[in-house]
Amino acid sequence: MKLKHLLLGTATLTSMVVTAIPASAAEIYIPLLTYRTGAFAVSGAAIGSGMADYLNMLNERDGGIGGVKLNVEECETGYDTKKGVECYEQVKSKNPIVVNPYSTGITLQIIPKAAVDKIPILSMAYGLSASADGQNFPWIFNPPATYWDGASMFVKYIGGKEGGLDKLKGKKIGLVYLDAPYGKEPIPLLEALAKDYGFELKLYPVPASEAQNQSSLWLNVRRDRPDWIYMQGFGAMNPTAIKEAIKINYPMDHFVGNWWSGGDDDARPAGPQAKGYLSFTFNQTGTNFPIIKEIEKHVVEKGKSLFPKEKIGETFYNRGVLNSIIIAEAIRNAQKISGKKEIDGSDLRRGLETLEISAARLKEIGAEGFASPMKVTCEDHNGHNGAFVTQWDGTKWNKVSDWISPIKEKVNPLIEQASKDYVSANAGWPKRSEPCDKSS
Amino acid sequence: MDLLYKIFIDPFMQMGQAPDLLVQTLWEGLVSGVLYALIALGFVLIFKASGVFNFAQGIMVVFAALTLVGLYALLRRWGVAPGDLAAYLALLLTIGVMFVLAVAVERLVLRPLVNQPDIILFMATFGLTYLLIGLGQLVFGGESKVMIAEDLHLPSGSIEVKMLGGFVNFQKIDIAAAVIASVMVAGLAVFFQSTRIGRALRAVADSHRAALSVGISLEQIWIVVWFAAGIVALATGIMWGARSEVSFALEIIALKALPVLILGGFTSIPGAIVGGLIIGIGEKLGEFYWGPLLGSGIESWLAYVIALLFLLYRPQGLFGERIIERI
Repeated sequence: MKLKHLLLGTATLTSMVVTAIPASAAEIYIPLLTYRTGAFAVSGAAIGSGMADYLNMLNERDGGIGGVKLNVEECETGYDTKKGVECYEQVKSKNPIVVNPYSTGITLQIIPKAAVDKIPILSMAYGLSASADGQNFPWIFNPPATYWDGASMFVKYIGGKEGGLDKLKGKKIGLVYLDAPYGKEPIPLLEALAKDYGFELKLYPVPASEAQNQSSLWLNVRRDRPDWIYMQGFGAMNPTAIKEAIKINYPMDHFVGNWWSGGDDDARPAGPQAKGYLSFTFNQTGTNFPIIKEIEKHVVEKGKSLFPKEKIGETFYNRGVLNSIIIAEAIRNAQKISGKKEIDGSDLRRGLETLEISAARLKEIGAEGFASPMKVTCEDHNGHNGAFVTQWDGTKWNKVSDWISPIKEKVNPLIEQASKDYVSANAGWPKRSEPCDKSS
Repeated sequence: MDLLYKIFIDPFMQMGQAPDLLVQTLWEGLVSGVLYALIALGFVLIFKASGVFNFAQGIMVVFAALTLVGLYALLRRWGVAPGDLAAYLALLLTIGVMFVLAVAVERLVLRPLVNQPDIILFMATFGLTYLLIGLGQLVFGGESKVMIAEDLHLPSGSIEVKMLGGFVNFQKIDIAAAVIASVMVAGLAVFFQSTRIGRALRAVADSHRAALSVGISLEQIWIVVWFAAGIVALATGIMWGARSEVSFALEIIALKALPVLILGGFTSIPGAIVGGLIIGIGEKLGEFYWGPLLGSGIESWLAYVIALLFLLYRPQGLFGERIIERI
């Protein structure tokens, strides 16, 4: 009986905590849709912790931004689109200044809601590639690069390795991808590039339920013998794919993950044989940056981080930090533009749309060389910035290429077309009414 | 015409042209099948003893593997060295945890629900699933872990055999998984078919009240089968964890036992074994030879299609009992 009461009481209390606490007027409310549970927690826990820890560090060290405290609240999605949409509906009544869906599936569902609810959506290097078009998607931001940019960088990289893009003619290129909106996103771009450069694209979908059971898919790879493989994987799918690639003797230095397939926990479980596996990234790893040291000092050392101390500085953790750098810089920018300290979603949209994080600013906040400088404009909500290739040496990632810029002349026309197609496919899509601010 | 060729001729041509790949596919199917059979066995044991489909069997696989890895990390932190000593100690402690779990389930879930309709017990296993998910995440965290295969002296690496004009790769961990799973399946089958507890188990499966009336202790039987299911879950977690990693995604794989059970019958140990092999080999052959016709990635639903095809002819499964209810 006591147990029954305890469970009932806990459940009631939990639901009250989740639903009843309103965001205080003296705070800026930033909900983070995260997933520390489920099949994708391997990536989600690191990203979520990086995001939360940087914002909490600003609270601890500076008392927030511009003197206003940040109210950071996580909502667990389990990387499930339905739960993510529930989270969005749950947080929107609390006047969030921005929503970070951290799932392409969730992002696709809430894109149509953003303009109606006046809540900017920040999908940092994920989500709908076409939403980089600020004219049709004024409330959606996806800097620093789209999946189409990423796939074009991969083609550019392997073109370089083969001796030129023209040498890709007749080559076989495989795409191993999570069979979900996220995984499918680069397909149109790769199909277009296959036509332009004359390579054959082979598709290898991994259903989410088979993330840890991929042996037959890799037998297909063994049969087809693609010259290069690009992986758009996530969570538990990645280490399994690397192990299976090892099993069929696929050369690791011809296996390239996108920027969500290059976490430390993606390569580590495969052991020393994963040595040579490549992955794109747009942020540096390690703790050797003042910004990470500050997080360690103000959050981790005080026991306020949910992430294991020894894993601070890993790729996905630092990715989460970069996500929050963008939020924080956009808040500062919005405060400057609007002249208000307590900004709302509309103000932050303006802050994001005129965001410029220069190399000097990165240095100022202790993130020199941590990521590439980025600039968002009214027309271009992405920036189409570059990324670089890292290689797993058996214990850690090492940078093995210069920054590679996307093939913009191929990507940008496709984004424009995809954006137009999206609008025409969604009858009644609102015309942009928001004026453009001057860049800060 | 072209489609008919691709369905009925081309796959068999491929089998003939690259027989090494056929052998490799069959081997992969066999390993998966044996592991599916092991998972299915966990379901069958509990279903036989209590008439309950234990929805929590999948999460028990994750929970057992997480407990093993978590306890190992704890022992190493406490300075237990060398690694293999800590690993075997953690294994023993995990077996202890699975026993405690079996006792707790009997005391807190099953005993208060004796003689309740099966659906109530089934729903209780749903609750148990969420409890174990929450408990696992609370204690061990949500992130994936690497299985301590090396410290448990499980083999690593592979044996590449040149044959049939190509090669077939046998991962040593897969060989170990197939052997261990086969031994466990055989051992459990013998234990429950030929021992006193096995007979008592069958009596409990027929009727709780009748079993009680002849002096069989329901509590004891339930603890035994839940503990056995826990051991099966631990073995599955170790093997699958070593082949991939220990994450909550393993729970989804465990649900692959569903079509195995539909195929083999919920009450049959031989059914679980044969069903596991049919599903394992069938889905690998299907995905490899016919999958590309449908855009690949058909493995996730093919198992259910195979099971449904069998169901059309034998609704009780291959070895299941035909249940006739008179109204």
